Amino acid sequence: MQQQNERLMFLSSPSMIPQLFSIQNIKNETRDTFTLELVSPDKLNISFHAGQFMMLYVFGIGEVPISISGNPTKTTKLLHTIRAVGTVTKQLKTMKRGDVIGVRGPFGSHWPVDESQGKDILIVAGGIGLAPLRPALLYILAYRQRYRKVTLLYGTRTADDLLFLSEIEQWRARLDLDVYITVDRSSKEWRGNVGVVTTLISKATFEPSKTVAMICGPEIMMRFVSVELQRCGVLVENIFVSLERNMKCAIGLCGHCQYGNIFVCKDGPVFAFPKIQHLFGKREL
Amino acid sequence: METLKIILAEHPFFKDFEAKHLDLIAGCASNVKFNPEKFLFREGEEANKFYLIRSGKVAVEMYGTERGSITIQTIGRGEILGWSWLIPPYLWHFDAHAIELTRAIALDGKCLRKKCEKDSTLGYKLMKRIAYIMENRLQATRLQLLDMYAATE
Amino acid sequence: MMNNKLIIERKNFEALLSALCQRGFTIIAPVLRENAIVYDEVTSSNELPIGWTDEQTPATYRLKKRNDNAVFGYVVGPHSWKKYLFPPHLKLFSAEKNGKGFVIEENHQQFTIPKYAFVGVRACELNAIQIQDNVFCNGQYVDANYKSQREKIFIVAVNCVQSGGNCFCTSMKTGPKVENNFDIALTEIVNEKEHYFIAEVGSEKGKVLLSEIPHREAEQKEMEKANQLVEQTANQMKRSLDTTNIKQFLYDNFDNPHWDEVALRCLNCANCTMACPTCFCTTVEDVTDLTGEHTERWRKWDSCFTMEFSYIHGGSIRASAKSRYRQWLTHKLSSWIDQFGTSGCVGCGRCITWCPVGIDITEEVKAMQHSKFSTTKK
Repeated sequence: MQQQNERLMFLSSPSMIPQLFSIQNIKNETRDTFTLELVSPDKLNISFHAGQFMMLYVFGIGEVPISISGNPTKTTKLLHTIRAVGTVTKQLKTMKRGDVIGVRGPFGSHWPVDESQGKDILIVAGGIGLAPLRPALLYILAYRQRYRKVTLLYGTRTADDLLFLSEIEQWRARLDLDVYITVDRSSKEWRGNVGVVTTLISKATFEPSKTVAMICGPEIMMRFVSVELQRCGVLVENIFVSLERNMKCAIGLCGHCQYGNIFVCKDGPVFAFPKIQHLFGKREL
Repeated sequence: METLKIILAEHPFFKDFEAKHLDLIAGCASNVKFNPEKFLFREGEEANKFYLIRSGKVAVEMYGTERGSITIQTIGRGEILGWSWLIPPYLWHFDAHAIELTRAIALDGKCLRKKCEKDSTLGYKLMKRIAYIMENRLQATRLQLLDMYAATE
Repeated sequence: MMNNKLIIERKNFEALLSALCQRGFTIIAPVLRENAIVYDEVTSSNELPIGWTDEQTPATYRLKKRNDNAVFGYVVGPHSWKKYLFPPHLKLFSAEKNGKGFVIEENHQQFTIPKYAFVGVRACELNAIQIQDNVFCNGQYVDANYKSQREKIFIVAVNCVQSGGNCFCTSMKTGPKVENNFDIALTEIVNEKEHYFIAEVGSEKGKVLLSEIPHREAEQKEMEKANQLVEQTANQMKRSLDTTNIKQFLYDNFDNPHWDEVALRCLNCANCTMACPTCFCTTVEDVTDLTGEHTERWRKWDSCFTMEFSYIHGGSIRASAKSRYRQWLTHKLSSWIDQFGTSGCVGCGRCITWCPVGIDITEEVKAMQHSKFSTTKK
C-alpha cells in the first residue's frame, strides 16, 4: 500500500485494465481539435518517450489510441491533443474538468531523440501530425545544446487549423529554432506561405547528409515528404515516420494493427523509413 | 549587364547554365523591386515577364466577387514566377502581389521568345528547366487539391 | 531398455477418464452434437462418438457410421481446442459510475476456471496449441488468462490412423504422428479380434496417471503395427501444400491477379477464421446497462475478414474482399513466420471444410505458384 505523496513509476506491467486519470484542463486548439491535460489521482508519475501513445478509455463507450503530446521531461501531467472524428473522441470532446477517464500505456516505439544528438534535426508535421511530434521538439529544445540546426516545417489545411498557436509564436521567437509554416488554403487574414508542406523543404537550410528527419501527418503527406527529402540528399535511414492503424489492445495480441508482418502498436508507431519502405504505398495492405 | 549576369548565375533556376546562354538571357534582364501590396501583374493582362524571385514573398491569387481575393500559392526566394509569357495567347491567368518587399530579376518575355527562336539550343535548355518547375508546381498543387488534412467520417 | 509404450484395453479406457476426474479435471472430449463432432465436457467414455467417422471435402462435412466401435475414428470438426484456452468471450473488467468518476473491477474469476483435461487432441491440434502458446506467452506482452489456463491442462493426444478428406498435416510437418508436448498419446487399434490403445508417456504427470490404470507393456509387433498405421495415414493425405520459400513467395505475389479470382468466390464470411485453431484476432466490446451506471468490457473473437477490422477514421484500409482474403492467407502462411518463427497453418483442413463455397487454401496457393503471373524476385 503506497503512501499518498509517494510517486510510483507509471504502469510497470501493461495489461488490459486502465488506470484512472482525471481531466485537469481542457484547451480548445481548433474547431475540432482539443488538448486534454490529465492528472493521476494517485499521483502517479508519467514517464514516456516522445512518439509513444496511450489507450484512452471513456466509461461505457470505448478506447482509442492517442499519441501523447506533452513534454517528456515534465512528468506530473499527461497531455493528449485529440481530433474529434469518431465515437470515442467526440465523447471526449464533451467532457469537463474533473471528469475521469481510463488510461493504458505508454505503448509503442519512439522518435530517435537521443540517437540523433550531434545532427541537424528536421521536424515535418502535417495537420494533427504535429501533436505526436511536439514531445520530440520539446525534448530537443530541453537539451538544445546536444543538437545542431533544428527546423520545424508545419503545414495545415487552413490557418484556423494551426495547433499550439501561442507556443508556435514562442518557437518562432527563438534564435536557435527555424520555424516555417504553410497552409493548403489561405484566408483573407493569412500573410504567410500558401502551398503544401513539401514546398517548405526548399526554403529550409539544413545539411541533408547530417539531418535526421521526423515526419508525421496523413500517409500521403509522409510519402511525398520522404521522397522529396531523399531527393535532397537526406539518408533514408535517417528518415522516421509515425504510422496509424486500427488498434484494440495496443499490446500486439488483437491483430488489428498488422501491416505486412509488422504490428504497428509494438513495432511502431514510429518507424525508421527503411523498415517500412517496401510496404509504404502498397494499396490495402 | 555584368552584375545582372552574376545575379542570374546565382539564382537556383539558372544553376549550371552555360555562360554563353546566360549572356543572351542577361540581355533581356532587368532588376526590379516591389513594395508590399504592390501587384506584379493582374489576371487578363498581357503576360510579358518571367520573374526570378531573389527575396521577399509573392502571393499568387485569384479574385472572385463572392469571396474576394484568395491566395492559391506563395512564391519566395530562389523560385520563379510566371510562364504565361511562353504560351499563347500570352495572358496572365492569375493576380500576383507582393506580400513583403520583393526583389526580383524580370526577364522580358518577347525578348526571350525571340532569342529562343533564333537559338534553339538556348530555347530547348530553357524549356527543360521551365518544364521541370511546372511539373513540381503541378505536383504540389495536386497535393493541395487532395485536401489531405480534411476530416473524413 | 525400458520402453514407455503401454497397452490399455478398451474396457479400461474408462479408468483413464475416471483417473482424470478424480484429479479434479474437467474432461473435454469429442462428442456428437447436431450432426457434427465437436468438443464438450464429458464424464464418461460413452459420451464420445463411438463408431462414427466423418467425411470431409471442400464445403462438405458429413458423419457416417463405421462398421466398428472405434472411439476416435474421425478427424477434426468445426471446434478447436482454442475455445477453451482462448475463450470466445472473456470479461476483462466491469466498472461502476462513482460521482464524476468510476471504479474499475478487474475480472478475477477468469483465473479460477476449472482445469481442463483435453482428451483426443490430434497432432495438428497439438501444434496449433503450441503455435498459440507462442503467440500468447512468448511475445513482448503475455496474455495472462491464456497462460494460467494453459499451465493447468492435461493433454491426452491421439495419433490419427486415418487421414481426413481435407487434411494436409504432412505438408505442414505437423502430423499425423504426435511428437511432443503431450502427457499421454494414444493410438487406437480396433478390428474384429481386438480393441486397445497403445499409450505413450509424454510427461511425468502422464506416467503417474497411466501407472494407476490397468495396463501392460506393449510388445514389439504391437508398436510396429501402430507405427505402420500412422505411416499409412501420412500416405493417405489427399492434399498438399508446397511450403518451399512460401514466405517470400507470398510477399512477392501481393499483386498476383489470382487474388482477384479468389475474391470472386470468397464471401468474407469469416468461417475459416472461426474454425481455424490458430487464428487469434480479437476485438473489445463495451456493454452498458440501461441506467448507464454499470459497464463491462469484454474481449471477443474477431476476424480480419470484417470491414471494421482495419477501420481508421476515413475508412477501412482493407476495403475490398480481395484484400481481406489476401491478408488472411498471407498472414497464415507467410508473415506469421516473421512474427512468430513458425507457419500459422497446421494443415488441419478446417478452413476447407467449413468454407461455404469450398475455397481450398492448398489449391489457391498451388494456383498462384503455377500461374504464369507468379513473381519470384531473386
